[in-house]
Amino acid sequence: MKETRPPFDPGPLKVGVLALQGSFQEHLAVLTGIGVQTVELRLPEQIHDLDGIIIPGGESTTIGKLAVDFDLFEPLRNYGKKKAIWGTCAGAIFLSKDAHRNQPLLELMDITVDRNAFGRQIASFETELDIPALEVISSTPAAFPGIFIRAPLITAVEGEAEALAKLPDGRIVAARQGYLLATAFHPELTDDDRVHRYFLHLIQENRGH
Amino acid sequence: METQVSTFTTKKGLAQMLKGGVIMDVVTPDHAKIAEDAGAVAVMALERVPADIRSDGGVARMSDPELIMEIMKCVSIPVMAKVRIGHFVEAQIIEALEVDYIDESEVLTPADEAYHINKHQFKTPFVCGCRNLGEALRRIGEGAAMIRTKGEAGTGDVIEAVRHARTVFGEIKQLCNMPEEELMTFAKNIGAPYELVKETRELGRLPVVNFAAGGIATPADAALMMQLGVDGVFVGSGVFKAGNPAKRGEAIVKAVTHYKNPEILAEISRNLGEAMVGRNVSDLADNERLSERGW
Repeated sequence: MKETRPPFDPGPLKVGVLALQGSFQEHLAVLTGIGVQTVELRLPEQIHDLDGIIIPGGESTTIGKLAVDFDLFEPLRNYGKKKAIWGTCAGAIFLSKDAHRNQPLLELMDITVDRNAFGRQIASFETELDIPALEVISSTPAAFPGIFIRAPLITAVEGEAEALAKLPDGRIVAARQGYLLATAFHPELTDDDRVHRYFLHLIQENRGH
Repeated sequence: METQVSTFTTKKGLAQMLKGGVIMDVVTPDHAKIAEDAGAVAVMALERVPADIRSDGGVARMSDPELIMEIMKCVSIPVMAKVRIGHFVEAQIIEALEVDYIDESEVLTPADEAYHINKHQFKTPFVCGCRNLGEALRRIGEGAAMIRTKGEAGTGDVIEAVRHARTVFGEIKQLCNMPEEELMTFAKNIGAPYELVKETRELGRLPVVNFAAGGIATPADAALMMQLGVDGVFVGSGVFKAGNPAKRGEAIVKAVTHYKNPEILAEISRNLGEAMVGRNVSDLADNERLSERGW
């Protein structure tokens, strides 16, 4: 019989969701459901006491521009050198070191992304993903509902970055580098909170070091 | 599960990605680039902004596909395009161009006096206008994946945008507070599908993203709509009919992000140059009111 794990306890964590533009309310709702304290992150002075930061889906050009204009760009980059950040879709692009386009990137993760890799909105899709890494927070073997909206692909994973999820054809849609996490899909649009809990696990793991 | 392309979740989901953002009307590729650089989350490709449609008169139709394609080529953000109410062939053409969102819009001259497009039949998602909850839920029932309160396009007068947003939110509040036995009669009275009325009550909001539109001309107007509770704003004539579109567009984008912060709003509202001249909605003749279009 498989060992049953104790229910995941996020502890007293405070997670900021970058609230410049995009699906930040959706992320905040999932975190609140798990029982985590949340902050709508809009200004640099809010960063210092956060245990982790989520950069939501949205338009990466808009989020990048606003992060630069409101002096969040350098603080976010410095934060990600020590603490956990998770980017979904636009957020994953923002974390990457190369997006084949001239736009502000945090260059924190050793990944290359291809924006709108599947085509325009008409090609947006849903599919089930096998994400073995989720076993650390839940023994549920179920596939994860992947929602891809004008989604990017992770075309190269180098250095300490590793692929976490792939499409059946082998193309990479999630990656991790230490306590940094990038997903090309949108767990915040589903009612499955396992990737959020996995991110909280990364935060705790990083704190333990 | 097999891979499913263009589901209602992905249609609605794109609108969720646009939340907290500004969608700008553009009439040339240069405008589109200015809008993208200003931080717009999407552009609406048009031949004429609503203020010009108003002053030029005549029949307003779908834009030339050539123009839409040029605009799609020059920006990486989503591109939307308008079709006439009920004109499902214009919608088929726009879908064939692979435009990201279709606006079945009262700003163009309606093609059908009784019926809207059956939007479920399309892979491309639709946004539709509304003045009240019943109209919003009828459009969602027809397949709209995003709603915008109509306001009065091309006026630069925010009064109708406020009226329509307050009406929708007021009706939702009323719906959430009424006893369950009153739901069916409420649905009948507002002319909305019962199931969507129930869903709205359970969610405490519209089941899809809801932007404001029609008459937003300043950062303060945009922040006003956000504080009233919309998810983002459309700006039509307000940017490119103003003195300095790049600066004003950027200021409106920032106002939507920092809509609750008066200090930042004060800072970004400075020195924007002339706002669009505008027309008072109260001076419009009945047949000039675009928001009346829609069934």
